[in-house]
Amino acid sequence: MSGADLAKGLACPVPLPADAGGTVLLGHGGGGRMTQQLIERVFLQAFKNPALEPLHDGATLPVLGGRLAFSTDAFVVRPLFFPGGNIGSLAVHGTVNDLAMCGARPLALSASFILEEGFPMADLKRIVTAMKEAAEEAGVSIVTGDTKVVDRGKGDGVFITTSGVGVIPEGVTIAPDRARPGDVVLVNGPIADHGIAILSVREGLEFDTTLESDSAALNGLVEAMLAAGGADVHVLRDPTRGGVASATNEIAVSSKVGIVLRETALPLREQVRGACAILGFDPLYVANEGKCLAFVAKERAAEVLQAMRAHPLGKDAVAIGEVVAANPGRVVMESRIGGRRIVDMLSGEQLPRIC
Amino acid sequence: MKYVDEYRNEALARRYVEAIGQKVTRPWTLMEICGGQTHTLIKFGIDRMLPQEITLVHGPGCPVCVTPIEKIDQALAIAARPEVIFTSFGDMLRVPGSQDDLLRVKARGGDVRIVYSPLDAVELARKNPEREVVFFAVGFETTAPANAAAVWQAKREGLKNFSMLVSHVLVPPAMEALLSSPENVVQAFLAAGHVCTVMGFDDYEPIAARYKIPIVVTGFEPIDLLQGIHMAVTALEEGRHGVENQYARSVHREGNLAARKILDEVFEVCDRQWRGVGPIPGSGWQLKPAYAEHDATLKFEVGHVRADESPECIAGLILQGRKKPHQCPAFGTRCTPETPLGAPMVSTEGACAAYHQYARDEVRP
Repeated sequence: MSGADLAKGLACPVPLPADAGGTVLLGHGGGGRMTQQLIERVFLQAFKNPALEPLHDGATLPVLGGRLAFSTDAFVVRPLFFPGGNIGSLAVHGTVNDLAMCGARPLALSASFILEEGFPMADLKRIVTAMKEAAEEAGVSIVTGDTKVVDRGKGDGVFITTSGVGVIPEGVTIAPDRARPGDVVLVNGPIADHGIAILSVREGLEFDTTLESDSAALNGLVEAMLAAGGADVHVLRDPTRGGVASATNEIAVSSKVGIVLRETALPLREQVRGACAILGFDPLYVANEGKCLAFVAKERAAEVLQAMRAHPLGKDAVAIGEVVAANPGRVVMESRIGGRRIVDMLSGEQLPRIC
Repeated sequence: MKYVDEYRNEALARRYVEAIGQKVTRPWTLMEICGGQTHTLIKFGIDRMLPQEITLVHGPGCPVCVTPIEKIDQALAIAARPEVIFTSFGDMLRVPGSQDDLLRVKARGGDVRIVYSPLDAVELARKNPEREVVFFAVGFETTAPANAAAVWQAKREGLKNFSMLVSHVLVPPAMEALLSSPENVVQAFLAAGHVCTVMGFDDYEPIAARYKIPIVVTGFEPIDLLQGIHMAVTALEEGRHGVENQYARSVHREGNLAARKILDEVFEVCDRQWRGVGPIPGSGWQLKPAYAEHDATLKFEVGHVRADESPECIAGLILQGRKKPHQCPAFGTRCTPETPLGAPMVSTEGACAAYHQYARDEVRP
């Protein structure tokens, strides 16, 4: 539905003052002057770039060589602001990382906002500023977008959808079905920070921690990894929702291989371990927003690991396991005390336990 | 992490496995009481590291699993009411009642919220005087003191909009019920360390004497369990019975006196239905009459709600150690974490969930 369609649903689309009380009003999604002002004062001001400025129905981009990667992601997070980021930075990082995991250099993003009537304009500006900063850091432009406003109570403040295109250079073939027995599984640092940071500020569950979300754009790191590993980098995956357990399971199934993880090798911050122990969570299932799993041919793994460690987002990179031919489709963990267990996909959501 | 890492030491674990192997001369069947212990055993692969002679059967100590189905249905009925904020620990939300679970009630508009502490539910009652806040008080002796403190606090503050749906269960009567059954297979118990942290272990000594059985109060980390198994096997091999305390860093003979005091103030012993197992006399706690106005069963008049189990679910046999999860014909086929027939498949402490999550390849015939 376009903004104009939304406006038709209103009995009387009376023009409203653009900045009434500093909150988002239904009129901001009406497609008229208020929408225009919102775009100009909030979005254009932050995202300013040559592809966006004409404010045409779509952005036009030059076509480059290589193959195109295209990805989209919807962002709903509670609370909207959390230690280490907010829904805006997350929305940029998420799509940039999805492109990077295809081995692509991100080129341009779109951003679509569903705003709830009554949402504070100041909060929207904070979110948009975070998006601008995240995009600049990742070296990508937000070139097109859309805004809708829904009735109060019909949204959760703000939902953001970002889509992105990127270019995959010649010679790069990253795909989830390319893991091979012998591949080493690498990760660029401690896992589960994002999920636990979010939980620590969720209403009703607050606990004190200095932990921050790991939310970050990984395209720079991936570029360094590909420069070091080339075609020997077989699979890249960001273990977001469902964590490392779900990501490795998906790859084991796609590549028809077994994956063995070593519990003692998994990088985990002490405070994350502690929080998981108290809450009854398994960090393998907790979300990350700035982590990358790489499946690299054994003979190149050391070089890729070195390249990761030379990058600020990979200084704590380690090998956490390897790919085997046995048990295709299964992920197995060698436990700390020498036993073995299955690492399964998560069924629904992890729920805090009784005792 | 202190108090965790030293109890997950691989070299020490191997030494205990060897020591158990040297001690054992014939088959023994041990039962760990608590579902938390079951999960450690399966998650770390301890059951598969032990000598063949030792069989571990998994006990009834999963509070989510033994909560009777009619209590779940009562909870669902209360949670669906528009004036109610229904609060619960997270792992009750997926437990199937006869038709539904709390997550589905929430999806249809019920105000169901996860809390970490019953005191958070009391706080909700303070903040929402126009709403009825109900807390689902489930669990063994371990969780009971905090629940007792919550209802005591609510009464003291006159928070008439706070009530609890109580389904507390007690370990010693359940152990007696298992031991007195003609089908009993258990030769030694690993008692639940956290239950004993609250209650102490005086109550276990008459049971050990009457049934001539070793009972080892045991913790929850891998080395705790291996040490507990070693102590139990040693006692069995030497023909000794009685209570021993492996979990001395947490458990004292008399328990936690402050906790026991508030329990005694708020709760009284009652008969209790155990899901899949049946009624066990004197095996539960209910609110004392002085706290009746905070009793959700009375407030919402749901005491009459009755419900039937899935006829296919063998949770009762599993909770008594008479069957293992993979011996159930529905295990991993008609009963999975996504489509559970019974609570042990969805609870974080359920034996079926542990087998399905960590070891379903190894245990499949």
